[in-house]
Amino acid sequence: MKVRVFVSLKNGVLDPQGRAIHHAIEGLGFSGVSDVRAGRMFELEVDDSVTDAMIDEMAQKLLANMVIENYRFERVA
Amino acid sequence: MGFRSAVITFPGSNCDRDMAVAIEQVCGGEVHRVWHGDATLPEGLDFIALPGGFSYGDYLRSGAMAARSPIMRAVVEAAGRGVKVLGVCNGFQVLTESGLLPGVLMRNAGIRFVCREVALTVENNTSAFTHRYFKGQKITIPVAHHDGNYFADDATLDRLEGEGQVAFRYAEEVNGSARNIAGVLSEKGNVLGMMPHPERFIEAAHGGIDGRALFEGVVKGLVRA
Repeated sequence: MKVRVFVSLKNGVLDPQGRAIHHAIEGLGFSGVSDVRAGRMFELEVDDSVTDAMIDEMAQKLLANMVIENYRFERVA
Repeated sequence: MGFRSAVITFPGSNCDRDMAVAIEQVCGGEVHRVWHGDATLPEGLDFIALPGGFSYGDYLRSGAMAARSPIMRAVVEAAGRGVKVLGVCNGFQVLTESGLLPGVLMRNAGIRFVCREVALTVENNTSAFTHRYFKGQKITIPVAHHDGNYFADDATLDRLEGEGQVAFRYAEEVNGSARNIAGVLSEKGNVLGMMPHPERFIEAAHGGIDGRALFEGVVKGLVRA
């Protein structure tokens, strides 16, 4: 089974990379995009013994820095 | 027993030799070189330095992988006993990632890598690292980093300022750091993380010697572990 963990910056945390990407999108001529926030996604290949609590712990201890980031995850069949 | 120190080398550290040389020249004593995969530190250390560089290629987040390497358990334990721990640049990132210091070092606000000499103000001159400076002293130390933009929530920043845990502030705009913070002390004052590189400014041939007083302070520390 696959688990996807999405890590994103908390609201209010400035995201200079997102801002630069936003600038580049506008530079390509696209309009109508008002903001860009960059994050990252991890795909974990796990067996049935890996519980949600374990994934929470992995995210909190390593995948996300809880000072500035939030995470959520989903299981993909 | 003389002054005993250790410099930790992670895969991708590149300022470890400079750090060891600075300690040898200014502090003297025995400088042990310790590998990240070691589980234990040499006995009876006075001082541990985490050097600059790009540990683990900055994978995941700067300092994140190094903070979870085997030796860091021993470093956290030693810091808890009061051993002085200095993290410079990537070493500072490792200290925040390991929880020894609050906050986080984010990508520079200007996106670009910043590599130049910067003006700093000494904010705290009573710590084991900074007591050889004057309070309010303007010093010049080089920086070289991509992720030096210090961030913590306002309550944490207020606490750091209130408790005298801000060791150094940038005296000019460098990387977007909250309240221009360049260096942070732990609550007990025996852990210091800073983005500027004091080990690169210890002799005249380097172009400046303002980093020297930090190492002099460590060896003639007010607080000895």
